[in-house]
Amino acid sequence: MSRKEIGVFLLLVALCAIVAAASPQFLSAANLQNVGRLVGTYGIFSIGVGIVIITGGIDLSVGSICALLGVLLSMMLVEWGWPAPVALAAVVALGGGLGAAHGLLVARLRLQPFIVTLCGLLLYRGAARYVAGDSTKGFGTGEGFEWARALASGSVAGVPMPFVVMCVVAFLAWVLLHRSVYGRHLFAIGHNAEAARYSGVDTRAVIAWAYVLSGILAAVSAILIAFYTNSISPASHGNFYELYAIAAAVVGGCSLRGGEGSVLGIVMGAALLQVLRNLVNLLDIPGSLDFAVMGAVILIGAIADQLFGRRLRRGAG
Amino acid sequence: MSAISKRFPGVVALDRVDFGVATGEIVGLVGENGAGKSTLMKILTGIHRADSGEISIAGVPVAMHGPADAARHGIGIIHQELEVIDTVDVAGNVFLGREAHWAGPLRLLDHRRMESETERQLARIGAQVSPRTVVGRLSTAQKQFVAIARALSMNARLLVLDEPTASLGSSEAGRLFAVLLELRKAGTAIVYISHRLREIEALADRAVVLRDGRNAGALQRGELTRDRLVQLMVGRAIDSGPSRPVRPNVAAGDASAAVARLQVDRVRTGRYPAVEVSLTVNRGEVLGVAGLIGAGRSELAEAICGVGTRVSGRVLLDGEPLAIGSPRDAIGAGICLVPEDRRGRGVIGAMSLRENITLPALGAHARLGLVKRASEAGAAAAIATTLTVKASSIEVAAATLSGGNQQKVVLGKWLALQPRVIIFDEPTQGVDVGAKAEIHRLIRQLADRGAAVMMISSDLDEIVAESDRVAVMHEGRITGVLDRSACTPESIMLLAVA
Repeated sequence: MSRKEIGVFLLLVALCAIVAAASPQFLSAANLQNVGRLVGTYGIFSIGVGIVIITGGIDLSVGSICALLGVLLSMMLVEWGWPAPVALAAVVALGGGLGAAHGLLVARLRLQPFIVTLCGLLLYRGAARYVAGDSTKGFGTGEGFEWARALASGSVAGVPMPFVVMCVVAFLAWVLLHRSVYGRHLFAIGHNAEAARYSGVDTRAVIAWAYVLSGILAAVSAILIAFYTNSISPASHGNFYELYAIAAAVVGGCSLRGGEGSVLGIVMGAALLQVLRNLVNLLDIPGSLDFAVMGAVILIGAIADQLFGRRLRRGAG
Repeated sequence: MSAISKRFPGVVALDRVDFGVATGEIVGLVGENGAGKSTLMKILTGIHRADSGEISIAGVPVAMHGPADAARHGIGIIHQELEVIDTVDVAGNVFLGREAHWAGPLRLLDHRRMESETERQLARIGAQVSPRTVVGRLSTAQKQFVAIARALSMNARLLVLDEPTASLGSSEAGRLFAVLLELRKAGTAIVYISHRLREIEALADRAVVLRDGRNAGALQRGELTRDRLVQLMVGRAIDSGPSRPVRPNVAAGDASAAVARLQVDRVRTGRYPAVEVSLTVNRGEVLGVAGLIGAGRSELAEAICGVGTRVSGRVLLDGEPLAIGSPRDAIGAGICLVPEDRRGRGVIGAMSLRENITLPALGAHARLGLVKRASEAGAAAAIATTLTVKASSIEVAAATLSGGNQQKVVLGKWLALQPRVIIFDEPTQGVDVGAKAEIHRLIRQLADRGAAVMMISSDLDEIVAESDRVAVMHEGRITGVLDRSACTPESIMLLAVA
């Protein structure tokens, strides 16, 4: 593990220890399963956003994509009677398609990623509300696609399925980022896009694919979250998810300037955020303080990293 | 200024240089690239500080701690890269950093005062520009006038102009000269830096020549000719450079298509869209490309390699026209570029030696898109050894290496690809002597293996010693191609200056 990863790991362990000490309920099977399920669903789209952040870009659209695709998934299955495999494939393809649109606008037309995906955030939220007629969608009793719902609510040997799915996604992403030619090019572009271009790297394709991956992973999360909540209100479903993802990536060692980050770090960052939310729950802190606690802890972490990191660099120099 | 010395890490930029200018005098400051002109002027204007030496104004020693001091002493400088802000209007630029404002805690801008003063200064130099025009919409010449107006509005007693005509047309340059003569009559002291020796000839009362950071001589009005200036700039007896046997496979001047590996056919670049450039480089030949900074050499290299704009024209490899739209296309065809901006475009500083060296050819060390790590590390280590890169391991970040070793890493990227054409842009700039010799050896080796090599360099000694033929560029066009026998620093310099 790199220095950053070790830092996040220690922070995560310390936090778990504190919560466990303060509330024995933390280590109960039910609570751990619950946290694991959330880490799984949030972790998947956080990895996608992290990949985009490594190119030096940003993806603000994942929350709205979750809402739009959740609404569509419900309508496909319940209202239009599509077979579940077709509906799932269509949702993932749609996610990839939206990502491809972002990627082309960023890489081909050289629009700023912030603007492109901010417009995505607004567009897809509006589209979700319009398509759903602003009414809450769900899956009813879910006859005919029980297996699909089991992806979200089931578990394997006590481990919640979303967590298992995330582990698979994380492993594939780890291979892609840290062992493949594509991953090398991704980091090269994040560090120095000019030098990468001068070295013959197809920078536009690499960047565009990062957004496609983010879109696909947002779609996978969207499926899990939709099935899990079984109630998708288009105006609020997925709100702030893009910020969870960015926070997870940054806490996990990604630099918003690009070129830095790791899959392991992002996953641990996502876990850290969920443990913090759990802490608010278990320690009877008013739920309204939820975001404030997360903001405070991340800020303290960033300050500590800056001070500690600076001393480390000085020590080395 | 007397006995000014300045050292930068590794080089002595200025060695006991004396320089002076009197009121109402125009002094031309001349020298090759890197002779120390800019450094001297940066010391005069407080941007750099001299290690030793003295600056005095009207006989009184003064300390220059920063540009603000220089401005207080009435020294104004107009840099080659015009330091104007495109999104701000003319008056805003003229008063940038010392805006006129109303009294009161809000310090509201006094537009009327700034605009009237700007108008007055612009009228003085005969520029037809409104103070309210946004500078981004002006031509380069007009921007030049804005910069001059700015200097004048600070009541500059001494005006330094660095290559002011580099982007001006001849009628605009004429206007500028009239303005300068006017200012001289009014008692302003003027330092005029230019590579255009004709302008120095026409304008200067006196010319000071620098060479390798030293005073190389000065010429008074009567003795000021282009030939004399070039002699002082180059400052060597005519010799043919270190002797090297003429290699048989390169018939001097033979540019027929049969042996030509790279042909550049009437290429026009974005910087000089009106000029067509044609040249050929043969197999096994090193073509030196000489010229002054801004002559369009890098732009030509970039146009060939698909990095910059090629407005029109063709690039042929072994007689076949190529469709090159990106560096990727060029590399695919076997044309590689070692760019001038090593840190920005050559290496990725935060990545390791290994990752840098294998970046363009990573596919060769991968199966199904996954990198075979042993194969990659082996290849990178082999190249690092061949190039004698000095580093503790191939896993250290490229940014930690010296300039020479970084340059070897850039070269290493291309070695594995066995380039058919390789273009070096200032290959040994900022490289220490030992690494320099090694890089020269590698360049020759590439040529010996049959590559066509283009070597852009501002170092005349390097050009003369390492090239088989030399093409000289000036303001976008090729002003001459010299065979090895005709190649001397003086013959090159005469072609490189107007």
